[in-house]
Amino acid sequence: MSNEHYAIEMLNITKRFPGIVANDNITLQLKTVEIHALLGENGAGKSTLMSVLFGLYQPEEGIIKKDGVEVAIRNPNDANALHIGMVHQHFKLVECFSVLDNIILGIEPTHMGFLQKEEAREKVLALSEKYGLHVDPDALIEDITVGMQQRTEILKMLYRDNEILIFDEPTAVLTPQEIDELMEIMRGLAREGKSILFISHKLNEIMSVADRCTVLRKGKYVGTVNVADTTKEELSRMMVGRDVEFVVHKDPAKPTDVVLNVEHMTVASKMHSNNAVKDVSFQVRRGEIVCIAGIDGNGQTELVYGISGLEPLKGGKLELCGNDITKAPIRKRSTSGMSHIPEDRHKHGLVLDYTLENNLVLQRYFEPEFTNKGGFLRKGNIRAYAERLIEQYDVRSGQGPITIARSMSGGNQQKAIVAREIDKDPALLIAVQPTRGLDVGAIEYIHKQIVAHRDAGNGVLLVSLELDEVMSLADRILVMYEGEIVGELDPKQTTVEELGLYMAGAKRMEVQ
Amino acid sequence: MVLLIQYTLIFAAVLLLVALGGCFSEHSGVINIGLEGIMVMGALGGALVMRFLPYNPDTANLLTNLGVFACVALASIAAGMIYSLLLAVACINFKADQTIVGTAMNLLGTALATVIVKSMNTAMNPDDHSSEIQYINAKKAFLSDFGGKFELNWFVVLALILLVISTILLYKTRFGLRLRACGEHPQAADSVGINVYKMRYAGVLISGFLGGLGGITYITAGVSVWKFENGVAGFGFLALAVMIFGAWHPVRIAGAAVLFGLFRALGNVYNGIPLLANMGIPSAVYNMLPYIVSLIVLAFTSKNSKAPKAEGIPYDKGQR
Amino acid sequence: MKQRTPLLRKSAAQTLLASLLCILLGLLVGYLALLIIEPSGAWEAILAVLKNFLKYPTGAQKLKYFGSTLVKTAPLLLCSLSVLFAYKVGLFNIGVAGQYVLGAAASLGCALLAGLPWYVCLLAAVVAAAISGALCGVLRAYLNVNVVISGIMLNWISLYATNLILKGGMEKTGKDTIRLVKANKDAILPTLGLDKLFNNNQYVTIAIPVAIIVAIVIWILLDKTKFGYELKATGNNLNAAKYCGMKENRNIILTMVIAAALAGLGAGLYYLSDFEQWNVNSSSVPAMGFNGIAAAFLGGLHPIGAIFSSFFIQHITLGGANVDLSHYCAQIADFISSIIIYLCGFVLFFKTCLNRALDRREEKKIQAARANSATEEGGNK
Repeated sequence: MSNEHYAIEMLNITKRFPGIVANDNITLQLKTVEIHALLGENGAGKSTLMSVLFGLYQPEEGIIKKDGVEVAIRNPNDANALHIGMVHQHFKLVECFSVLDNIILGIEPTHMGFLQKEEAREKVLALSEKYGLHVDPDALIEDITVGMQQRTEILKMLYRDNEILIFDEPTAVLTPQEIDELMEIMRGLAREGKSILFISHKLNEIMSVADRCTVLRKGKYVGTVNVADTTKEELSRMMVGRDVEFVVHKDPAKPTDVVLNVEHMTVASKMHSNNAVKDVSFQVRRGEIVCIAGIDGNGQTELVYGISGLEPLKGGKLELCGNDITKAPIRKRSTSGMSHIPEDRHKHGLVLDYTLENNLVLQRYFEPEFTNKGGFLRKGNIRAYAERLIEQYDVRSGQGPITIARSMSGGNQQKAIVAREIDKDPALLIAVQPTRGLDVGAIEYIHKQIVAHRDAGNGVLLVSLELDEVMSLADRILVMYEGEIVGELDPKQTTVEELGLYMAGAKRMEVQ
Repeated sequence: MVLLIQYTLIFAAVLLLVALGGCFSEHSGVINIGLEGIMVMGALGGALVMRFLPYNPDTANLLTNLGVFACVALASIAAGMIYSLLLAVACINFKADQTIVGTAMNLLGTALATVIVKSMNTAMNPDDHSSEIQYINAKKAFLSDFGGKFELNWFVVLALILLVISTILLYKTRFGLRLRACGEHPQAADSVGINVYKMRYAGVLISGFLGGLGGITYITAGVSVWKFENGVAGFGFLALAVMIFGAWHPVRIAGAAVLFGLFRALGNVYNGIPLLANMGIPSAVYNMLPYIVSLIVLAFTSKNSKAPKAEGIPYDKGQR
Repeated sequence: MKQRTPLLRKSAAQTLLASLLCILLGLLVGYLALLIIEPSGAWEAILAVLKNFLKYPTGAQKLKYFGSTLVKTAPLLLCSLSVLFAYKVGLFNIGVAGQYVLGAAASLGCALLAGLPWYVCLLAAVVAAAISGALCGVLRAYLNVNVVISGIMLNWISLYATNLILKGGMEKTGKDTIRLVKANKDAILPTLGLDKLFNNNQYVTIAIPVAIIVAIVIWILLDKTKFGYELKATGNNLNAAKYCGMKENRNIILTMVIAAALAGLGAGLYYLSDFEQWNVNSSSVPAMGFNGIAAAFLGGLHPIGAIFSSFFIQHITLGGANVDLSHYCAQIADFISSIIIYLCGFVLFFKTCLNRALDRREEKKIQAARANSATEEGGNK
């Protein structure tokens, strides 16, 4: 150990919460000038460990050393003082402030309390020049792209002269090309003497950029390996504790009748004067999974809002199983064969303060089975129905049907929504990012349910930002870019790289 | 007409002060429904000083006048700030529902002021059960008379000065940048080492400062005796409407305050304007006017709200 | 998995405990205020507030004034139902005071100016208030106007409008409207013999049973019906309600209409009992509406709880008038009830703390049990 120089060492960290050991004797050693990956599933303890490093939690056991000297980190200010910086998964940027204001926030150069921004602007310009991070310091955050926002976050760390840079799941929001750029930036930072901790569960990225990798599983330390000496398969085995199937087993699609017919659909945008969805036409047939791929914010959300009825169409026509539903209310669409697993389970999918059973009947509470003629709820039937779904779809919760939805884990909340939507046996299932934030087990399960629903002779419209998911589930891929469908691809004949070019708008074909 | 301008100015000053108070509080992330109560307490603080300060308008000079003005203003500020702590403690430390607490503060303000004034009056004269305080003399200390036609209340000038200071404070200083960050994205502010709780306390206390001043300005507008049972007639809420109409920006708030002040002033002076007096509209209609106008204005301006994004949401360090 | 929840874990028990704590602290603060004003009579004063009608020496008098307290409890209960109904759907109906005022205007207006019978007057009160509620709801649903601010504005507009309308039904001398006994006996609510139960207190009318029945209906509506399920879903998560096809804007407006109608009904039931007249020079809305907010929160936002909390709030408000006026003032009761509302803001915090403490105790128990079994195992070896 004496011949190695470590920038940060977290030794034998244990952190308990009531009823759970979030970090159980975890050791993480970050060498100076290396890119070190921290790998683990959701709930493996990565964020707890980082919160300990930032002084947000105090560990019950273990010590933290910086450059070989033990340090006490009681709050984020202590971490800042030790030159530790982090790009959070959800950016910590004030949307209505300029890039420069966001960078200087907290360490503003002032004269008698008045802001002195000139000096700061020069430093920011010099830094962005040096590391190739091009951002206009006077642009407002709400006006710039996600990639630029991320660069602002990186500049925030550099402006503070941070030596240890932590990236928390930085690639989730980027295109494959942007991811490549980010990897290049990270290598550049390491060359300039920064030590980098890279939190991820994406094995490809770790293999391509990291020097070493530490793996956590269920709060425990599994091991640290040299990336050059290992394989993707081995890393995933360490992460999950068993062999994982990277491919979803499914038979070739046998598409039959059209269930959804979208013609020249246009949806207005809430954010800007442009349309979010521009003149889009496509079809979904029974027995196939059509996947909409694209970078977040290219109109997928509005497309689904338009089809499901959450937003009115500005133009175009919609048909569900041959019936015109262009102007039909949401309830009508739902009762005539459309189900929708929404993008944001907290915003749309659940009434968080309702019990699980009340959430499970959210789409059917008005049916005679659950409401009698006098308008009274049939609570016995609701309970029985909920118990059946919980059993059948393996939804786990503290108190069964009467658990408050808010207190359930994200994975089980999502399972409850999937159960509710698939159990309606819809001719068309719209699933938007159905596996976001879930662990591998839950992802496998939900993928199987979606394929089973297709095999039962129904149509599926899947919207996903995860390319692995797109490639493994889709029978047909439609790529959206700036509100238009710019390509239709067959997952068996295309590559992730090609998909990326379409997603970034570098390539397009005439569809239809 | 001169009278209309005079009243418009003074009511606009009240609305401006209180709306600026709301603006600071909301930029820090705390919705201050309790401004009405803060105004009552500020008014009470100032009224008590005016009631008990020895002051003789005949022997006074500019210096004593300034002294009286400063004492009255400081008493109102102190009362407003202390009272606003009720909101700060409940909503920042205990994460209480800001609407309930604000409503309680409005009711409490009037009840508390009434209890204090009544028991004071009764203690001094067992037959006096009124909730009134008189300050006809002391008020003259801060009124400048221009040829017997136009009377300038010094609080109007103070409001203008505070408008300039508020604008600079919010947009040109470190404090302002940090305060606004706390109302927009407290997690971001926290992650760069800003103490969100402290900033929110600052925001609420400033709203107490300005709300208290607004209260004393209101009860010295045109009258020289105040019955505390009546509170401040919904001015705190009018000020919130002014703040929304002014899109949380001090300069636009000032414009909105003048507009609302004009409608309020009409109720006071319509008798003196021949055209309006001859129309024979009952006074109740003039009384309703500012509230009707604010309802209409809100209907047109609320759709695209520029409200600070994190306002009304208690900040919890544990939640990321 | 099935085990009995400990009493303290039950939400209802926690709510009751929190409410009692609020009352206790509120009274304590009120007592301190009395002590500061004049220490010698403070104890008698707080007792007077708490005793209210119990101060009368004979049982018959007690009964009569108990009846009068109930007469004022009925409108308060309806106001608090209005507040809690809207609150369950995520709306803070501070406009309850103005809706109540409009109810007074419509009921007294119909009785005094048009000479209509009581049931028409009552209906008019409900409809007038409901229209104002609908306005609030429409502004919220389609134009995103905060119901708190529009409610307050409507409070003042309603107040001045009511003064204007009822000027036509004024006594020749004074500022009050004419008593119904003199002007229009048909407009007085029937008593159905209830007055006899309260030592011939003629103000005890059907208002009291009606209010209680309405409370029960609201409870059933919120808890047992499809309509209640939809409304609460809308209140908890507007987006989810929209997503699953509920008509969220219709629900918001309907909620405000029902809430306002309840307040209007309260005013109708009160002013048509002829217990009090409207002062046409009123410069602030009657306290009934705002006290309704206090009663709603004190009752744990439950319709049945509201019956008791309304009675309590009314009880101490009337008791406030009994304090020794040579030292104290009746507003001490308003002071106490506003402190109680303030404290109600802390209920959530109180519950979180209680649950956390219970968690910690359980955790300790489990650990102790684990340690015990560990030592036992050790002993066995």
